[in-house]
Amino acid sequence: MRVRIRHSKLGKVRFTSHRDTARHWERALRKAGLRVATSGGFSPRPRLSFGLALPTGAESLAEYLDVEFADAIDVGDSDVVRRMDQALPVGYQVLAMAHHADAEPSLQSDVVACTWWIEVHADADVDAVVGTLLDAASVPLERERKGQRRVDDIRPSIEALAAGRPPWSGAGTWLESTLATAERGLRPTELIAALWPQRDPLDLVSRIVRTHQWIERGGTRREVLPAAVDAGPAVVAWA
Amino acid sequence: MIAVWDRVEPLLARVQKPARYIGCEDGAASPRHGAEKVAWLLAYPDTYEIGLPNQGLQILYELLNERDDAVAERAYAPWRDLELLMRQRGVPLFSVDSHLAAAGFDLIAFNLSAELVYTNVLNMVDLAGVPVRSEERADGDPLVVIGGHCAFNPEPLAEYVDLAVLGDGEEVVGEITAVVSRWKHDGRTPGSRQRVLRALAQVPGVYVPSLYRAVYDGPRLVAVEPRHADVPAVVDKRTVADLADWPYPKRPLAPLTEVVHDRLSVEVFRGCTRGCRFCQAGMVTRPVRERPPEQVRTMIANGLRRTGYDEVSLSSLSTADFSDVGEVIAAVNPPGCPPSELVSVALPSLRVDAFTVGLAGQVGAARRSGLTFAPEAGTWRLRQVLNKLISEDDLYGAVDAAYGQGWTRMKLYFLTGLPTETDADTLGIADLARNVAAIGRRYTNRASVTVSLGGFVPKAHTPFQWFGQNTTAELRRKIQLLRDSAGRSRGVQLKWHDPAATLAEGIVARGDRRIGRVIERVWRDGGVFQEWSEFFDLGRWEQAMAAEGLSLDWYVHRHRTEDEVLPWAHLRAGLHADFLWADWQAALGQAGVEDCRWTPCYDCGVCTGYGIEHVVASTVPPAGGSQGTGQDLRRGGDTPVLLTRKPEMVGG
Repeated sequence: MRVRIRHSKLGKVRFTSHRDTARHWERALRKAGLRVATSGGFSPRPRLSFGLALPTGAESLAEYLDVEFADAIDVGDSDVVRRMDQALPVGYQVLAMAHHADAEPSLQSDVVACTWWIEVHADADVDAVVGTLLDAASVPLERERKGQRRVDDIRPSIEALAAGRPPWSGAGTWLESTLATAERGLRPTELIAALWPQRDPLDLVSRIVRTHQWIERGGTRREVLPAAVDAGPAVVAWA
Repeated sequence: MIAVWDRVEPLLARVQKPARYIGCEDGAASPRHGAEKVAWLLAYPDTYEIGLPNQGLQILYELLNERDDAVAERAYAPWRDLELLMRQRGVPLFSVDSHLAAAGFDLIAFNLSAELVYTNVLNMVDLAGVPVRSEERADGDPLVVIGGHCAFNPEPLAEYVDLAVLGDGEEVVGEITAVVSRWKHDGRTPGSRQRVLRALAQVPGVYVPSLYRAVYDGPRLVAVEPRHADVPAVVDKRTVADLADWPYPKRPLAPLTEVVHDRLSVEVFRGCTRGCRFCQAGMVTRPVRERPPEQVRTMIANGLRRTGYDEVSLSSLSTADFSDVGEVIAAVNPPGCPPSELVSVALPSLRVDAFTVGLAGQVGAARRSGLTFAPEAGTWRLRQVLNKLISEDDLYGAVDAAYGQGWTRMKLYFLTGLPTETDADTLGIADLARNVAAIGRRYTNRASVTVSLGGFVPKAHTPFQWFGQNTTAELRRKIQLLRDSAGRSRGVQLKWHDPAATLAEGIVARGDRRIGRVIERVWRDGGVFQEWSEFFDLGRWEQAMAAEGLSLDWYVHRHRTEDEVLPWAHLRAGLHADFLWADWQAALGQAGVEDCRWTPCYDCGVCTGYGIEHVVASTVPPAGGSQGTGQDLRRGGDTPVLLTRKPEMVGG
């Protein structure tokens, strides 16, 4: 039985990698006694597939994975969620769970954009910097790909960008931005590099949180699996 | 205690593998500190990936946290990138559990499992903001402790550590805690540090180097003697009599990021009496103490359930020797177990025989790619010198069984630079490798053999402690000889340990107190992470030796004499000095000695001296077991091995 799970990854555990997250889930499901179907063959692997990689160091309220369970699972059963939460590392929380038809496209190919909150510490007038970027017809950014440096126009990848009120307490300014994932996509740190070309993004950014992953159905954009957390961050406990 | 997470966190976006520094593992304690609790910082002087799986550290961590009067956290050596940022911004060494500054702990206890990590010990103490030399530490500073196998020759670190603990730590950490607890309770008044060290010297197994004086006559060490009448002249190791009393770790640590042994580990027995003469671990951990099979099964089941691992390693110095190994393995995956619940079983330290391969075949169908064997030497003659009594038939039988059961890659470990070694022994390695590859090709065209060659470093408390280590030039010549002979053989690959690193290990392994300043110079010159080839630089060690006026030849390459006072003569692993010398002479005479767990005692000194004995379920050696048990030792070589109950003096 195939199930799609949305979860958070907050606090210290954000310093683990995408590969680590896969291990955390494999181990957690075994600890929780929720048996995962395995691939056939000489060296059977558990049937888990993960969505778009979250950069190491970034947090998230919208991480996804698809799990093929060996047994039937009641996705509305709060006990199943509780067992998963207890088995997962501190900082993870299951936010939503739904049956998932085999015919649906994979997470990697289905998601068209992600929304990010980014806490920055910049001296300049952030609204003005954001305005300048949004007004530009094109925004060239030099990036490295497969060992070669090339200049891309990243403006089409920036679907939305606004400076706003911090969703959590913090000393800096919060940006909210929706960045396309198609083709190369745009990483949050690359957006910061485009906003402040003279600065090292590591000096400016203290926190990055993915809040949404968007898919399109019948011309409408929606979150892969909506959850209570979408109403506001207070729903999720800080790790 | 000062929490530093707020200062560490901003640095982690700038370093490689930041998950090394966050803690949060399954099994991590949530320590509550308090005035009534002695705070231990258990430190591993290498990276998190290497240090986290260390079982000794995990056992003590859990035992201490179970106590009412103690609390323990862990620290690992920060990689160079983070260390430089920490030094720039004044962030001290911290624990990964609560991210507390190291200097606030009462003890910083290092686990030493290799010589080249000593510069990291100094670096971590310095990074903690604690003076590196023990005499410069004040009453408010933590006690710096070392334990683990390398602590059996702590003399190179004598000026830098407050205590060295010899042997098993399970019991002694509680006794140390009790003494330190009184010190803490009394408020660590001025001058109290000396008094607590004096009190700790009375704890069996605890060595306080500052209470001993090394006396020299020119380069020659004459004695290491106590400075006070109440300080014991000789310090003996600690040994837990029965592993059944210590079913730890009960809450194994499962890390959030990849580490070197990323699986559950259950210790099935401690100690080894195969009697391999080069092996310090086998000599200093006697006698053999098996864990009851029922307890092993319980620890496996509980550990898997707690961690979610799907792989367990049955650890020991030679797991195929465990009396109940077959039934324990069989119980891991009961018949009819669904594929999603299959657990892989890892058997480290395989013995070289077909019986062992049978066990390996029993552990599951998955991942049947490579098997590792350690014949250690290329000829039967030299294996007799080592007392590693593996005949060629044993080896060929083992690899035949392995290739026949679907394994395709064999890895063979050898040492070079061994006592009495000739070029015939080196070329013998090539012959063995070629023959193994040929056996493999009967089963598969993909058959391959990797020969891994390590340079031999004589170790303290072993029969080879008197042997002069080969020079780097000699080691390089032997490696080249083997490359010329085996390098282009079909299916044979060759790997070797850098002889320069072997030399540096040799400086420290049998060093005396004067080597401490060499280690300090190497560290001050930037020589950290010397186990890592990207950081290792022999030039630093050579320059430091020269600057201290010390001779490499005298410390490393010189044969020791019977009457020489060895730097660790006042520290005992229980082995009689005359047993070790007689066994060294027997080695030179190519005489083997039997495994005393199944044959009468030859009185090496450990059981008789400490009033303990083997805890072994089986009274007979394992069926088909090699190494001097259950086989005709006269096969395979031109010099028959002489088995003697007690080694006689044989001319060398």
